Amino acid sequence: MTRLDLSINGRTRQVDADPSTPLLYVLRDDLALNGAKFGCGLGQCGACTVMVGKEAALSCLLPVGLVGARPVTTVEGLGSADKPGVLQQAFIAEQAAQCGYCIAGMIMRAQALLEKTPSPGDADIRRAMALNLCRCGTHMRILRAVRRAADALKQGPQA
Amino acid sequence: MPHWLRNSLLALAALAVAGLALSWRPSIDAAAPPGRQAFAPGLIEQGARLAAVGNCVSCHTASPSSPFAGGRPMETPFGTVYSTNITPDAATGIGAWPEAAFARALREGVARDGSHLYPAFPYDHYTRLTDRDIHALYAYVMTREPVTAPARSNRLVFPLNFRPLLAGWKLLFLDRAPWTPVAGHDDSWNRGAYLSDALGHCSACHSPRNALGAEDRKRYLDGGDAEGWHATALNASSPSPLPWTVDKLAVYLRTGIAPGHAIAGGPMQEVVAGLAHADDADVRAIASYIHATLGADTPERQARAEKSSRMAQQPLAASATAGTVPGAPADPAPATQMAQMALGAQVYAGACARCHDAGREIGSAGALPMPLAIANHVPDARNLLRIVRDGVHPGPNAPGRWMPAFGDTLTDEQLTALAAWLRRQAAGAPPWPDLADTVRKTRTP
Repeated sequence: MTRLDLSINGRTRQVDADPSTPLLYVLRDDLALNGAKFGCGLGQCGACTVMVGKEAALSCLLPVGLVGARPVTTVEGLGSADKPGVLQQAFIAEQAAQCGYCIAGMIMRAQALLEKTPSPGDADIRRAMALNLCRCGTHMRILRAVRRAADALKQGPQA
Repeated sequence: MPHWLRNSLLALAALAVAGLALSWRPSIDAAAPPGRQAFAPGLIEQGARLAAVGNCVSCHTASPSSPFAGGRPMETPFGTVYSTNITPDAATGIGAWPEAAFARALREGVARDGSHLYPAFPYDHYTRLTDRDIHALYAYVMTREPVTAPARSNRLVFPLNFRPLLAGWKLLFLDRAPWTPVAGHDDSWNRGAYLSDALGHCSACHSPRNALGAEDRKRYLDGGDAEGWHATALNASSPSPLPWTVDKLAVYLRTGIAPGHAIAGGPMQEVVAGLAHADDADVRAIASYIHATLGADTPERQARAEKSSRMAQQPLAASATAGTVPGAPADPAPATQMAQMALGAQVYAGACARCHDAGREIGSAGALPMPLAIANHVPDARNLLRIVRDGVHPGPNAPGRWMPAFGDTLTDEQLTALAAWLRRQAAGAPPWPDLADTVRKTRTP
């Protein structure tokens, strides 16, 4: 066990964990941030995607001891049910979920894309989202939701 | 104008005229595309099997939906060359090329219109193809789906964008001697040698090249470069931790996976995808030939194999803070490197060990123990860095070989430490020179 200071959704959180524990377990079990999901545990599905620094990262593969000072953003950091963020609002508007298990990962992957590429082409969106799987088959709605969020962000924060 | 200057200019002009005359090749008249009915189905099939060994489709395809339509950029030290459209489209492909023009392109690197082709197209190998095989390859490419795709302009440094200069390159480096079986070797070896050299052009990547971009035939299969990857040596200096057998090589070449030994990465995956469609006997012949070029099992190789196998049975993660793995260098690393080694061990234990460590293989195809992974044993770190950053993904319809990408989760510092630690703990080898530099240079934006 090691005491670690993590910067999560803008707050410093202190946890006691073995440094080789996957970040996902710390988020869910120690910090009750249950947005990111355990899907395959092998980095094959994307359900556990969060942002570490500016990158979308698979939190099931990242040992918490290697996070260091990099800020971690989870889907909880983008908004709440009462005040959804732009991407969350777009996913609601497009009804881009069936069972919903993959959605937190999808949104965080899309968030990393939009922060890096504010005006992505459809091919950019497809390429970026290709790593995240949806077993319900909601991919087309998910692509539309990311498109909608990109357009909304381009029109300004009020849109 | 002084006399001497006028004379030199005249001499230069005469040289240029002579050079141009020497480089001149006639155009071959266009012909109507022969069409599918011109070729027997068996001949097309035979051409398909051969094209799978030559792997034409790999370089001549930019988009999977338009195979053979060209346009794929090839980075060379001299600039970017774009592959051309070899579908039978009459206007933009080679539909108007009679077989004589096709054969001349393969043998002499000259297009139908008489212009010289860049040796990114490996005619220095194809020049040894037999008439029979060229005939079958012609039947195969001329029966592909025609695609309209004009050639893209190459971006080459001056004066290499002037094609007639290639005549000089060919004078120096193009050995047009036809293929002859080598006495003292059996038919399988000779078949394998022909397929590997004349058609498969293995040494185009697996041999070093000289300053003018020609293969160094004196260092045949001594290791080279392939699209930013190190192509390992396939001769006596092979760094393979385990000795290859013909069987293992044949399975590896056909599927990309030699269980417990190696998986194909980088451009080799495309080679493997092609060989999956080649004739089985041909793949075996290539395997026996490459096995022969690898050379005999020396005592040194046996010792390396024993050491690597022994190390592979021990959990590397248990030896976390360096120095306790049997076979790893006994001398303690200088204090300045200890922190890096500790970080490398931490990265390995946290991110790699749960699939790669002895007794903990949970990957779908059984992750390789690191002491057996050749990427840790090759002379530079590029392959390891690319695999860790980008992961391993099977191509379409290829058997599962899979590893997640860690490029977005590990920092450069963590990656450098991991590579340094693996080099020491898993390969027991001296540090890679300029590792931090390699990490920086291979980072894709």
